[in-house]
Amino acid sequence: MTAGPGRYLPRRAAASRLRRREALSGYLYILPNFIGFLIFTGIPVVAGLVISFTSFNGVNTLKFIGIDNYLKLFKDTNFKTALVNNLWYAFSVVPLTLAVSLLLALALNRRLLLGGFFKTVFFFPTLTSMVAVGCVALLLFEPNKGPINQLLKAITGLPVESLPKWFFSSKTALGTVVATVVWKQAGYYMVMFMGGLKNIPPHLYEAARVDGAGPMRTFFSITWPMLSPTTFMVTILLFISSFQTFDIINVTTEGGPGRATSVLVFRIYREAFRDWKMGYASAIAYFLFMIILIVTLIQWHGQRNWVSDD
Amino acid sequence: MVKRNVFLSVLFIAMLFVAFLMLVPFVWMLSASFKNNMEIFESPINWIPAVFRPDNYRKVWIEINFISFFLNSLKLAISITAAQLITCSLAAYSFSKLRFPGRDKIFVAYLATMMIPWHAIMIPQFIVVKTLGLYNSHWSLILIQAFSAFGVFMLRQNMLSIPDSLHEAARIDGCGSLRIYTSVILPLCKTGLATLTVLTFNGIWNDYMGPMLYLDSDNLKTAQLALASFKRQYSADYGAIMAGTICSIIPIVLVYVFAQRYIVEGVAFAGVKG
Repeated sequence: MTAGPGRYLPRRAAASRLRRREALSGYLYILPNFIGFLIFTGIPVVAGLVISFTSFNGVNTLKFIGIDNYLKLFKDTNFKTALVNNLWYAFSVVPLTLAVSLLLALALNRRLLLGGFFKTVFFFPTLTSMVAVGCVALLLFEPNKGPINQLLKAITGLPVESLPKWFFSSKTALGTVVATVVWKQAGYYMVMFMGGLKNIPPHLYEAARVDGAGPMRTFFSITWPMLSPTTFMVTILLFISSFQTFDIINVTTEGGPGRATSVLVFRIYREAFRDWKMGYASAIAYFLFMIILIVTLIQWHGQRNWVSDD
Repeated sequence: MVKRNVFLSVLFIAMLFVAFLMLVPFVWMLSASFKNNMEIFESPINWIPAVFRPDNYRKVWIEINFISFFLNSLKLAISITAAQLITCSLAAYSFSKLRFPGRDKIFVAYLATMMIPWHAIMIPQFIVVKTLGLYNSHWSLILIQAFSAFGVFMLRQNMLSIPDSLHEAARIDGCGSLRIYTSVILPLCKTGLATLTVLTFNGIWNDYMGPMLYLDSDNLKTAQLALASFKRQYSADYGAIMAGTICSIIPIVLVYVFAQRYIVEGVAFAGVKG
């Protein structure tokens, strides 16, 4: 009763001093990230939008030209070709990678002989750089003397002239890039699928077996629906990365032959860092930003709504 | 049962075939790196070269001075990885164990920045770097990559599993927050730190577009840049290109051999949360 405030006050003061110090260190520890983010991401996000409304070419002062850069997008055939190519690329790489990585994950999910070895091998190309992969692919797909066409020649008996020219023909170049990328990245998403498969409770499969479900039925009634959060996530990640593809194209085809493999980031790079049209390139970059933002918003929306999360 | 065994055997053979497809380009590359131009395109392929010619490697290491590019890559990969380990773990500690107003809101906001694609902001970022006078120096790449929202997120998940009681106990013993961070928290999230290390190292080592934009002088360029320009200059010298490619992937192979577990864990983590 008489203990009164006298005994508590100093302690409370000490506690609040401690709390203040904890808060101070808390802010201090996130400060490096905050400053780094502000300078190298925060400012650029705003500056990029501003620049996209100017005719900035790297040296002149900012001259605002309104939405001219964005209007130009709809007239620029270089941009339109790159967009169409990128859509083709995305809508081939995404389903193909999805199918291959899911099939590999399903196969390795059965306890196969040498399973660990297979996983290691399938994942390996993922780790190598796109530059290295591009260098090898260029030689393997070399139209005249390359081993792939030599093999095809031996099998079909056709002369090399009538075989595909892979990277060197505008008909096949994009497809060859797609095949190379799927080969490289399937192992990465396979590991994600294997994680998803591991999270399916085994008792569901036991129940299915007791009910006499066959393998097909089990797959479509248990595996596929239970895997949907992973499938959804992988699809989103693949779409995002497909709109950012650049390395493989710059190393193998440089957008060619003609404009056959020109994609969005490649256009941004050319306009900004070769022709120094930074204002116009920023407009393309913001267009790309919007595409990726929409895909990400679909992801957030989807994660909350239709994906079964348990 | 028999049907099942047949199925598994077919599956096994199919997987052997896929493994062959995944490995054969690397084997071909290794074999070609010891051959001269004539021998590379011999048909049928001699998988084991009749004569092992080290000329291509001599060309790569001595004529084009690959060692300096190699060391530049190593310097960047190590310093950026070290910087990320420090900045990310400090921030993750703050977000997971310290209490301060607005903590969770700031964290969610920081997390949201992960969806900003680098390619969309590379032009203004380039202008910022140039304005700061960092263009054509390793500092440009080190500074722009020393921070990572993904790294913070991953380490925070790791630290959340460390019981708060441990943190409180150290606090009662009179440890300051920095002391708790170095002697309690860091030793307990080694897995997370190892995963971030290998993923960052691998990513920086393989980076191509960043160095291409920011490095101009030859003495600053990285192994990937050297390989790409080498490929252009010596476009007909196939054996040498393959030797260069082999050299550029050696560090990655070493990391994979020693830290496969952490890499796979990191990928699985990225799959859970993007």
